[in-house]
Amino acid sequence: MSTVQTSMPARAAATGEPSAWSRLQGNRNWAAFWFMLPTAAFLILFLAYPLGLGVWMSFTDERIGRAGAFIGLENYQWLWDDSIFWLSVFNTLLYTLIASAIKFAIGLYLALLLNRHMPFKAIIRSIVLIPFIVPTVLSAIAFWWIYDSQFSIISWSLIKLGIIHSNINFLGDTEWARASVIFANVWRGVPFVAITLLAGLQTVSPSLYEAATLDGATNWQRFRFITYPLLTPIIAVVMTFSVLFTFTDFQLIWALTRGGPVNATHLMATLSYQRGIISGRLGEGAAIATAMIPFLLAAIAISWFGMQRRKWQQGSSND
Amino acid sequence: MSSVQIRDVRKSFGNFEVLHGVSIPIEDGEFVVLVGPSGCGKSTLLRMLAGLENITSGTISIGERVVNNVQPKERDIAMVFQNYALYPHMTVADNMGFSLKLRGAKPEEISTGVKRAAEILALTPLLDRYPRQLSGGQRQRVAMGRAIVRDPQVFLFDEPLSNLDAKLRVAMRTEIKELHQRLRTTTVYVTHDQIEAMTMADKIVVMHDGIVEQMGSPLELYDTPANQFVAGFIGSPAMNFLKGSVKVNGAAYFEGPNGVKLPLKSAPANSDGKPAVYGVRPEHFTIADDGAEAEIVVVEPTGSETQVFAKLGGEQVVAVFRERHLFNPGDKVRLKPDPALVHLFDDSTGKRLNS
Repeated sequence: MSTVQTSMPARAAATGEPSAWSRLQGNRNWAAFWFMLPTAAFLILFLAYPLGLGVWMSFTDERIGRAGAFIGLENYQWLWDDSIFWLSVFNTLLYTLIASAIKFAIGLYLALLLNRHMPFKAIIRSIVLIPFIVPTVLSAIAFWWIYDSQFSIISWSLIKLGIIHSNINFLGDTEWARASVIFANVWRGVPFVAITLLAGLQTVSPSLYEAATLDGATNWQRFRFITYPLLTPIIAVVMTFSVLFTFTDFQLIWALTRGGPVNATHLMATLSYQRGIISGRLGEGAAIATAMIPFLLAAIAISWFGMQRRKWQQGSSND
Repeated sequence: MSSVQIRDVRKSFGNFEVLHGVSIPIEDGEFVVLVGPSGCGKSTLLRMLAGLENITSGTISIGERVVNNVQPKERDIAMVFQNYALYPHMTVADNMGFSLKLRGAKPEEISTGVKRAAEILALTPLLDRYPRQLSGGQRQRVAMGRAIVRDPQVFLFDEPLSNLDAKLRVAMRTEIKELHQRLRTTTVYVTHDQIEAMTMADKIVVMHDGIVEQMGSPLELYDTPANQFVAGFIGSPAMNFLKGSVKVNGAAYFEGPNGVKLPLKSAPANSDGKPAVYGVRPEHFTIADDGAEAEIVVVEPTGSETQVFAKLGGEQVVAVFRERHLFNPGDKVRLKPDPALVHLFDDSTGKRLNS
């Protein structure tokens, strides 16, 4: 504390005890508070407040144009018996699980490829990022044409190659529609996984691989015993984000299928939008959105406890 | 254990040749130190020996076997890296047992091997720790333990002490030397530190710009350096070099810069008037009435000895005295090189002229 006071000798000398205000100005802990305040205010105003409002709304029967009354858990009871809601939960889990698994596999493979020495490395790495940079709606529209029931380039190519004889109804058939939206999501999500894992790979010292080579490790063993364990912290982070983004995906589905056919691709986010905004039943839509929270918390918890286990990252470092 | 033969080995990266035909015989059980300034190719040579770099031409054999095309893991060598390259996610025991595990050894075999190595290096209490929880010296020992566990034909060390502080470096130096005396495994050790080379080696190989300048025991290199590079590289403080010419006018002497007369025991044949470089180690100066006059510039006492920087014929030289003199900057002293211990080098080629 003495250093704080000596830093402002003029006022302290004049008034004897420094005033509360001048102490607030000088104290380091308060300085931290002041610096965080703008960000905190921003987050509270645009994230915490709407979230709280949404949760509150889920306990009301608010509709567009009509203030709601508190109805307790009625919205949730209603959803509990709603088969479409449960279908959307199933779809969301299926979509998240399959898309994330594929994104992880392809992303890791790409990262390992990109980590090698090759010509035009920087350019290739940038190209990989393109699907991530293109606005979701634009890529969704591109996919919409790719999956079009009449003009699909995939159907056209396969017919020309003589593999199939009639167009595939990509977005009109339940199974095809699910596969199609998952593919589009994977296409968009792979770069994020690949580039993040690549960054992780580059932190692994090459001498570890050399040491492992001398220890007699094969390519696979080097991956299994060196790369993979050293990458797990980054895998945990990137997959948490990937799962969160996929679970809450809305734009892609809405642009491609709007949840159809027969709700086969309705995710919780799109169902919430449809019930809340399109149909105007804000309370019910909010309840569906709120129902996503436990799943998201579970995903975070898994990665959090997964990361906590790694004792080798803790302890002092002398280098 | 086995011998290692390096025969006319060359290495190019693209069109750039970094090793220009290096031949080094290494006997069974010998401790060989490759020493030289950065970029001399010593680490590249070691990595070629390990199989981490391929050999452009020439042969390397370990024991009776030419290993040019043998996979690193089949060469039966173990390497200690400069940054230790310990696996951060494995305990000390797992780090040390990794190679045995990869070989498919049984868990009991692994733990016996690890325990034996841990005892040799006093690592037993640390076996359950992770590398991050160890001090620099302990990590260094784990890296050596990992090498010992494999019981290899040859140990390779790549500047293993350069990440340690000065005091620990001296301690580990002794430890490595003692370990070698106990295990008698053929060892190739790379360093840029000539003190490490002098103190540890059975045989020193001085490398410079991709060639071997000289090979020999530490004292051979110190006493009779083959050329000016080796003379300047081995020994600390470095040897003083004075340009001038040999004079045979009755008795032989060396005429240094500004006509300073320096003693020679004998002149090489037909060398009268020949330009040459006169080399004298700092510790081979004495104060004598018939010495050359020099003006003291800086005095650096270290306790056990005193380093004196002085101007001799306008050139700065350094002299080291074990006995204590009361010198002050600006004093005039008469420095006399011991004629039996001075070196003469060819002015253009740098080759040694006197025997």
